[in-house]
Amino acid sequence: MNTLWEFLSMSDANVRFVTIGSILLAASSAVVGCFTVLRKRALVGDAVAHAVLPGVCLAFLFTGEKNPLLLLLGSFVTGWLSLVLIDVIRANSRIKEDTAIGLVLSVFFGIGILFLTSIQHSGNENQSGLDKFLFGSAAALVGQDLITFGAVALLLLLSVLLLYKEFKLLSFDPAYARTIGLPVKGLELLLTTLTVLAVVVGIQSVGVVLMSAMLITPAAAARFWTDRLGVMVLLAAAMSSLCGAAGAFVSFTAPAMPTGPWIVMLLSLLAIFSFVLAPKKGILARYLLQRRIRRQMTRENILKTLFHLGEATGEYGHSYSKQQILERRQKPLLQMKNSLHTLRRKGLIKKSREGWALTEAGKKEAQRVVRLHRLWELYLTEYLHVASDHVHEDAETIEHVLTPELEKRLEELLHYPTADPHHTQIPQQP
Amino acid sequence: MIQHVKDPVLEVHDLTVSYQRKPVLWDVDLTLPSQALVGIIGPNGAGKSTLIKAIMGLLPLNSGFVELFGKSLEEVRKRVSYVPQRESVDWDFPASALDVAMMGTYGQLGLFRRPGAREKKLAMEALEKVGMQDFAQRQISQLSGGQQQRVFLARALAQDADLYLMDEPFAGVDIATETAIIQLLRQMREAGKTVVVVHHDLQSAQDYFDWVILLNMRLIASGPTDETLTPALLEKTYGGRLTELSRVSELLHKKNFPIRETKPTRK
Repeated sequence: MNTLWEFLSMSDANVRFVTIGSILLAASSAVVGCFTVLRKRALVGDAVAHAVLPGVCLAFLFTGEKNPLLLLLGSFVTGWLSLVLIDVIRANSRIKEDTAIGLVLSVFFGIGILFLTSIQHSGNENQSGLDKFLFGSAAALVGQDLITFGAVALLLLLSVLLLYKEFKLLSFDPAYARTIGLPVKGLELLLTTLTVLAVVVGIQSVGVVLMSAMLITPAAAARFWTDRLGVMVLLAAAMSSLCGAAGAFVSFTAPAMPTGPWIVMLLSLLAIFSFVLAPKKGILARYLLQRRIRRQMTRENILKTLFHLGEATGEYGHSYSKQQILERRQKPLLQMKNSLHTLRRKGLIKKSREGWALTEAGKKEAQRVVRLHRLWELYLTEYLHVASDHVHEDAETIEHVLTPELEKRLEELLHYPTADPHHTQIPQQP
Repeated sequence: MIQHVKDPVLEVHDLTVSYQRKPVLWDVDLTLPSQALVGIIGPNGAGKSTLIKAIMGLLPLNSGFVELFGKSLEEVRKRVSYVPQRESVDWDFPASALDVAMMGTYGQLGLFRRPGAREKKLAMEALEKVGMQDFAQRQISQLSGGQQQRVFLARALAQDADLYLMDEPFAGVDIATETAIIQLLRQMREAGKTVVVVHHDLQSAQDYFDWVILLNMRLIASGPTDETLTPALLEKTYGGRLTELSRVSELLHKKNFPIRETKPTRK
């Protein structure tokens, strides 16, 4: 608890810098990542992330020191090279894009690991910490590194801010963007460069192996909560920042711990949380909606059954026992019980000693459903020429969906009919 | 039957275009009059979309050139508007109908500048013209196919161009939308605009268009509707597939031959 307080109070200047740095890096990669995801280039981001490793190692091999600017330059060069290579392979061979991405990713990463291993065995003392690029270490983000990477991250955010409308159009409809005279080639180049840069600055805190998650996960999670691009970008940045800060905290309390996996794990939790709980698009919301619909169908079916029972005698107010209803409707007893109670609460049915009976309001509602059922049956036989013994099953579902507008339209089409294909009466609108 | 006009809005000169190294349009030569509703008609794979994409500079030309209002596309970009096929984009994109209509103003705005109140007003007016004002805030994936097509039209209208090139605006739309769109296109023609439409329904072509281009890998006819939509020309467009032409295309593709020995030049 004390450590948390110490961390949150930000009294230690070092903690302050590391945290601010982590947040900045996380936010910038999330913002750029939104466009990567929307342009369906998520895998390309992964390839770039892995391809920067040989660049980092080469920069070190040539200079023998860990100068952040040179490391950045090295990784930028190989990151870019990997993208060019993917394009060249795709354009000049029969290999498809996904295969090209897979090839380039593994080859570059393999070479990177090769270099890294040979550096580690070279005996150069400066090399300690280079392996941090594999899984990241936010705590290593101090001094010159922080300033360099932070500046690049700010540059990224600024570019997106300035060219927001262009990137939006480019991601949605690049062909149209070209026809209105936007420099699409240049913008695509810039956006790709920004992706590479986002990866390059992010590897300090997350590492090359998991970096693509920083691009993709926040965007994917944010998309669940909104249908607005602006909100999506901000949300992704916020989620990512939160996880970045948490990563900094982990790095602060347990310096030996790699931060990358922590940040990515937290991000994934956020993504799963969004996936399940997001309104409308989340699984839970969709499940609840499904359940509501099923319950409504059960209720309408009960009303209908009572109506049918009454139709035989013309006595709609008569009471029937649960058993009598069940005979006509195969439903689990418990579900039926719940539905009956809800119907009573709504004043659609009433309970007496003999059982359940429709109220006046209930009869009206039942009539509506039966009407829709028979109208639909008639429509199917008249317009789709479906045999009259096949229409019932179909109408059983459709009766619950039809809207008043469609009902009106059907009536017009069928010239206000009074009987269905089975020659039973279609109840008129009260 | 290829009829040329004086002072054309659009001139296509000796245009050859290939798709993935396979020529799909051979030596097309045509001119279009101003203030007309023009239909591009032909069977599947005839190169209808390719023609308007080539005119809009979206495909490299193997030969020939295109002039709009007597100038190159670069010089008159703001006077020309393109409506792509509806299926060409992912409608699950996080944007509202208004957002998409507003994209029509981006060309005028230029780089860096953000759309403001003026652009929003233009986009709203465009949505009103296509009857979509009530759906302005709706996410685009929640719109029906016909409504999405209208949003695309609104985006083009927001550009306020003089020449419109539309790729299958009637594909997969309901009757109500089709009627609304054709009425709108007629209004645009009355306002002095020229509208070129890729169309696949011969039946309606007769009363929709006043100029028709018949296409099947090569230009078969270009002229006023009653002179082009004749049984003989339609037979030529739909009946006789030139197998030799397809075979040469196939050959060029397989052997990796260049389509032309020299690069296209203007005039």
